[in-house]
Amino acid sequence: MQWESWSAFWDMGGAGAFVWGSYGVTFALVALELVLVMQRRKDTVKRLLRWRRAVGKDGSGRLGAAQLESEQ
Amino acid sequence: MADGLNLEKNHMNVKPRGPSLFRFAAPQMFYPLAGRLAPWFAAAALVLTAIGMWLSFFVAPTDATQGEVYRVIFIHVPAAWMSMFIYLVMAFWAAVGLVMNTRLSFVMSQALAPTGAMFCFVALWTGALWGKPTWGAYWVWDARLTSQLLLLFLYFGFIALTRAIEDPRRADRAGAIIALVGAVNVPIIYFSVKWWNTLHQGASVSLTKAPSMAATMLAGMLVMAFAAWAYTLAVTLWRVRPMILERERHTEWVGEVLDRERGRG
Repeated sequence: MQWESWSAFWDMGGAGAFVWGSYGVTFALVALELVLVMQRRKDTVKRLLRWRRAVGKDGSGRLGAAQLESEQ
Repeated sequence: MADGLNLEKNHMNVKPRGPSLFRFAAPQMFYPLAGRLAPWFAAAALVLTAIGMWLSFFVAPTDATQGEVYRVIFIHVPAAWMSMFIYLVMAFWAAVGLVMNTRLSFVMSQALAPTGAMFCFVALWTGALWGKPTWGAYWVWDARLTSQLLLLFLYFGFIALTRAIEDPRRADRAGAIIALVGAVNVPIIYFSVKWWNTLHQGASVSLTKAPSMAATMLAGMLVMAFAAWAYTLAVTLWRVRPMILERERHTEWVGEVLDRERGRG
């Protein structure tokens, strides 16, 4: 074990702000990326379902097909 | 497996022929495969990160000259490696796409870019936070740092360009050209510490020299690098799936995938 106490661990020999600032931002970005990727999947599925309804590919009407097609 | 088998049954007419590995170059084969593999890579990333963090903070000793701040390298070095490696993989897929005219290759290269940019930023950010207490400056215009910053701009340029061009075929080609031309920068980053007299230290790990750091430090860095690999695979596979649906939306198999999604909720 490298540390005499938890406060010594968080202090990182006086470099706490630099060490934890590095790890904190990295893990925050990883979490953000995962959220964005999951969000994008949901959005895409929703948009494509709407698009299919609009172009009549699921057999339920053809409202605004041209419009949505150009939106892509 | 069930997914893939169903698709094969329903699409005998479009089932790609040829060696089994190339089968997965077809979007309707690759889509379910990516969905099955991603959680395993994510789980591997989680386990490796836990082990890597434990090695980095509780096993690796205090550095004799730098003290504790050196512990930043356990993310700095893997992130920097990843940022360069991902760019090369993007350039590889871009080249495959241009030569073989395979749509999935371009999509792969675009799915990798945001993660590459993220690691590139992390390398710069952690480098700055390490530089301040060690060199006395967050930033210097040194060859290594400047070429790494250029890599970040190449990532941004690639992402902006491929998203700005509406016609996917033109976007693919324009992106591929940036990816290929920008790849020249990667060896410049890597060898900058040798070619120029830089403030940045030399390579941390070399295949030709005995490691210059404690074995536990090296182990921590390598485990974190593997964690970064596993994470990149997981997040890229997750990102590429909706991109494939988008591109293939006119096909029957995407219709079936979407029907299943709607049934789910």
